[in-house]
Parts: sequence; structure tokens; C-alpha cells
Amino acid sequence: MKRTQKENLIKGFFCLPASLSIFFLLGIVIVLFKEGLPIFKVTSLKEFLFGKFWYPTYEPPEFGILPLILGSFLVTFGALVISVPLGVAGAIYISEVASPKIKESIKPVIELLAGIPSVVYGFFGMVIVAPQVAKIFDLAVGLNAFTASLILGIMAIPTITSISEDAISAVPKKFKEASYALGANKWETILRVILPAAGGGITTAVILGMARVYGETMTVLMVAGGAAVIPRSFFEPVRTMTATIAAEMGEAVAGSTHFYALFAIAIVLFVITLSFNILADILSQRFRKRLG
Amino acid sequence: MKRVILIWTFITFLGLSFVHAEEKKLVIQGSTTVLPIAQKCAEVFMKKHPEANISVRGGGSGVGIAALIDGICDIADSSRPMKKKEIIKAKEKGVNPEPHVIAMDGIAIVVHPSNPVNELTLSQLKEIYTGKISNWSQLGGKNQKIVVISRDVASGTFEYFNKLVLKKQRVRPDALLQASNAAVASTIKRTKGAIGYVGLGYLSSEVKALRIEGVLPSEDTVLKGTYPISRALFMYTNGKPKGLAKDFVGFVLSKEGQRIVKEQGFVPLK
Repeated sequence: MKRTQKENLIKGFFCLPASLSIFFLLGIVIVLFKEGLPIFKVTSLKEFLFGKFWYPTYEPPEFGILPLILGSFLVTFGALVISVPLGVAGAIYISEVASPKIKESIKPVIELLAGIPSVVYGFFGMVIVAPQVAKIFDLAVGLNAFTASLILGIMAIPTITSISEDAISAVPKKFKEASYALGANKWETILRVILPAAGGGITTAVILGMARVYGETMTVLMVAGGAAVIPRSFFEPVRTMTATIAAEMGEAVAGSTHFYALFAIAIVLFVITLSFNILADILSQRFRKRLG
Repeated sequence: MKRVILIWTFITFLGLSFVHAEEKKLVIQGSTTVLPIAQKCAEVFMKKHPEANISVRGGGSGVGIAALIDGICDIADSSRPMKKKEIIKAKEKGVNPEPHVIAMDGIAIVVHPSNPVNELTLSQLKEIYTGKISNWSQLGGKNQKIVVISRDVASGTFEYFNKLVLKKQRVRPDALLQASNAAVASTIKRTKGAIGYVGLGYLSSEVKALRIEGVLPSEDTVLKGTYPISRALFMYTNGKPKGLAKDFVGFVLSKEGQRIVKEQGFVPLK
């Protein structure tokens, strides 16, 4: 076999898995739309997205997912409020402040946090955190958006910390040296030079963390309470889109309107996650340009 | 030569798997409530009849019945009788579903053990779940908000509760949703003002079952029919069961099968 032939063979071999993932993605998108779109024969897009009630198995059924969309956003927002400051601060500490020895022991621990299965987080939240939340805030029930945000916030920290840390470590050394040469102290250097320079990477980290929380299913199903109402406060039970699909898909009859409605929710989830990713891409590129 | 051997082995295995498929095969699908009974019975049955190959799947009553109508399964487990719509659909496809009551189940209404309320009527229960009553003091209890816990709307348990108690009126939208009997029991245990409903098999000392219309849920009251929220559990076959399906349904209804029913926390027929 000639060298070039060999080369081509190897190229082809590595091309296969790469194109496979595109193939799978395409397959998933096609199935999503094929199984989800039929619901719009029964209800309009406006009623579906902005309807306030989710009663998919009643006669007549109602397929309003506004409470579910808002539930997803509320929990995601709450989790970010917790995980972004902690995650970014952790990244700064690891890459700029900690001694190499501490750094070496802290990093694996944070990454370990990412390896805990979500059902374990959910169980922990349900059995230990929720009763405490109910006690501290004097609530009737501890399964609510606040508890869910708390747990999901902890779950998102590893994603945010490790990607932010990569971004901060990638800031050229000369930036730092120039800052010190101008007489800035360490704190000023971190705040005014390193953070802006790593901004693109940190933004990406936050958005990926956001996507992680937003798509999380098992934990919210167990901890958020699952009431399909438009949330009025953090201390009320909420239901997310993911939890609805997980709880109901198992027993929905294939080909029923309920089944189609669940797939349509999956389409909404998919579109929103996709926009998160596109946004992350645009923002990180804009930052890169600014640094030019 | 090596390749020839490899291909030959492959073909032999392929052949063997076909032989295997010609063993007696039975596919059971449906209700997650009936699932533990079907599973355990299949296990014991297969030990006695090694030639039988029974696969048991969950999915829910609706899914099982749909599978029976489509000819995908031989026995459909269901925690409710078939709906008129489903029977019409079955007849259209030439399927003649035959019900077999295999056990009884009661749906117990449970609250936190510290709750002083002991008894509810069906109409009170309905008003709690539809949102007309929202504080325990309206029922003679403490001044405490009622935390209403319900099941996912696709579950057979919800469907039965919906039909018997709610009379198909809507559950209040802010009711908490839990995805299984066990999750409901666990939430009740930790929430003082909570009320929920679970299968009889999930009663324990950690939750308190309420008297409904004056009757406490128990094997006895469910079997006699005096407890108002009870139901029959079904296995549906296409026409009169034949062969393996007949043997299996027979086994479930036998003394040994009914002992398994009891072990799994349901009410046996005798």
C-alpha cells in the first residue's frame, strides 16, 4: 500500500466518527420535529407557548407550557446566581492565588463534584436539604424553586470553574507582567487585566453552566416540587420542561396527543439550548476581537 | 481457513438463536402498578417451566393496551378497565380483548403522622384536590396550609384517582407532582401539612392512612368493596388465552400466584 493511500485511509477512519455525530444530531432533530409537530393540529403555537395550564390527559386537554418554560428559567436563573460568583471566584483562586500544592489537590476535588450522578444530588436535596429549607424559611414544603436552585447551583460549579480556570490560565503572561510593571498590585491586576482578558472564556463557561442547569432533569424532578403553575416566588414548587418530559413520557401512549405534546416541549428545549450555544459562540468571539 | 471457521461459527450461532426464538415466548407489557406482580410471577413460572421465555415490560396501562391492540404483546397489564375508545380501536384491528382480574388494590389517602385529622369524606377529598379546601383547619385540623401531592398525569394510579375521587375535574394546578408511589410516601413523611395517595402496598408506620367515608383501607375492606377507593388489577389477552398465555394467567390466579400478589403488597382475590 502506498503512503498516500494509507494516509487517506487514516483520514477516512477519523472522519467517520466525526461525521457520525453530525448524522446522529440530524437524526435526533428529524425525530423531534416529526413526533412533535403533529400537536399543532390540535392546538396553536401561541396557545402552546403562552397557555397557562398543562392538563394533557383531561377531556378536553389543555397544552399550555408557559408555567413549565418559566419554571425552567426561574430555576436556571437561581442556580446561576449561586454558581457564577462561586465558580468564577474558585477559578481565580485556583489559577492566580493558590500555591501549586493546594491547586493540585483542589482541582481534582472540584472535578469530582462533576462526576456525582444527578440522581444522588436529587436524593440529597430531597432528603436533607428540602426539610431544612422548609424549617429555616418556615414553609409548608421544602421542595421548591429555591431548593432546586441551590442544588443545581452546586452542580454547575465544576463546569464553570474548570472552563473559567482554563480561560484565566490562557491569558498571556506578558499581560500580567506589564500590569505589575505599571505598579498595579495583584488584586488590581486580577480585576482589571486578567478578568477582562479571560472574559470570552468565562462567558462561555457561564453559558455552558447555564445549559447544564437548564437541561438537568432528574434533580429538578426530585427537588423542585413539580407544580405546573406560573411561579410567583422562589419559595414555591415549580415544574420544569425537562421534569415534565421525564415524568410523563414513560407512560404516554405513542401516537397520542399527549405524546406529541411532550415531543413539542422537547423541540422548545432544543431550540433554547441551541440559542444558548450560539450565544456562547458569538460572545466569546466578540471578546476575542476586542482583545485583538 | 480461519475465515471459513469464523463464518461457520457465526452461522451456527445465528441458527441457534433462531431455535431459541422458537421456544415458547410470551411478552407481557403495561401498568407499572401490576409490573412487580407480573415480574415476580414470571420469574417463578420460568423456574418451573424452563422452556418458557417470558419478557415483562412496564410502560403504563395505556402503553400495554396499545401494544396488545397492535399485536406487540401477548398479555397487557392494566390497572384500570379498558376505555370504550380502546375497545373500539381493538375491534377495528380484529383484536378481542379479554379481561382477567388478577388482584385488587386500594388507593390509600395518607397524611403526616402528626396530623390530627383521621377521617375524610369523598367530597372533602375532592375539594382538597380541586382547591376548594386549602387549610387543615377547615377539616377540624390545625391552622396549616394543605400541601397537595399528586402523581404524574400519565400514571394509572392518577387515572383511577381522577375517575373515582375527582370525577374528572381538574387537580389544582399548584399540586406537587411526584413520579412514583415511593416518592409520594417519602414526601408525606417529611412534610407536615401534606396529603397524598399511594397504593396499599406503600403504607407504613411513617405515614398515616385516613378513613374514607368511615372506612380504613385494608385488605379486608378492599376485598369486600366497602373501602371506596379500590380497584381491580387486570391482565388482558387477545381472546381466550391459549398455550403459554393460558398457563401463565392460570399460574397468577393459582394459590401460589396469589401468594406472590400478597407478597408484593396487593390484595389477593381469595
